[in-house]
Amino acid sequence: MSGNHASSPVAAQVRHVEALLEERGLLDPHEIDERIDALAAGGTPANGAALVARAWVDPAFRERLLADGNAAIAELGFSMGGALQEQKLTVMANDADEHHVVVCTLCSCYPIALLGPSPGWYKSEAYRSRVVREPRAVLREFGLELPASTRITVWDASAESRYLVLPRRPEDTEGRSEEELAGLVTRKGLIGTAAV
Amino acid sequence: MSRINDVGGMVGFPPIVEEPDEPRFHADWEAHVVALNGALLRRGVYNLDEFRDAIERIPPGEYLAASYYEKWFRAITTLLAEKGVARPEELAGD
Repeated sequence: MSGNHASSPVAAQVRHVEALLEERGLLDPHEIDERIDALAAGGTPANGAALVARAWVDPAFRERLLADGNAAIAELGFSMGGALQEQKLTVMANDADEHHVVVCTLCSCYPIALLGPSPGWYKSEAYRSRVVREPRAVLREFGLELPASTRITVWDASAESRYLVLPRRPEDTEGRSEEELAGLVTRKGLIGTAAV
Repeated sequence: MSRINDVGGMVGFPPIVEEPDEPRFHADWEAHVVALNGALLRRGVYNLDEFRDAIERIPPGEYLAASYYEKWFRAITTLLAEKGVARPEELAGD
């Protein structure tokens, strides 16, 4: 691994290629900076958490979210069309009998609009190779010990199809506001490597 | 035929390492690579399937040794050369 510093060889190569492309009219000055600003203002796990909290307090929304993710997230102003093509969103609900976990074995497909950029471990060969073969052991490494009776289903994302986990609502949260509930939801919970 | 990126189910990889408080990018150049790729896709210099393919055909040894955004940058320069935008030696700054 290399290239974690601005002075690294790859940083200089990137600057060189940008300059070359500007020279050839394939990049506008400031275009890169504008896109970086847009990236920083893009999706975060708070988006996914807001969807989960709404599904916890509104059973009709929960049903719509599970039936047609793309249509339901539009109700909260979200879209899977941020990239060049709209990606299909499937939302799977955890329950006492079944726990869902998401991976992209081929690379790093991920619902960025709802979760922001994926964590490094999600993109690692270790996670991609192992979670489909030994999900229970992998979840244990993340500190999630599921009862032996809970079935684990692993979903492999692709360029066209993205997945989001709807965690189980924690006990003793009656009376909490939607906003408070959203605060309980973590990025790992939305991927399936944590309970919530 | 599967390529090196197709690691699902492959044995031999180590435990998963989580980075606490992981930043969105570890260096400015990584954000530049993402922005650059977006700009070139939008201009139609190449499409998303070509980009993915360019990552997937990185030779296995290099694929496994490279960081995530190093793979992206390598795919971008491969495609810029193949599309005739610039010669490899120009891209390398030689």
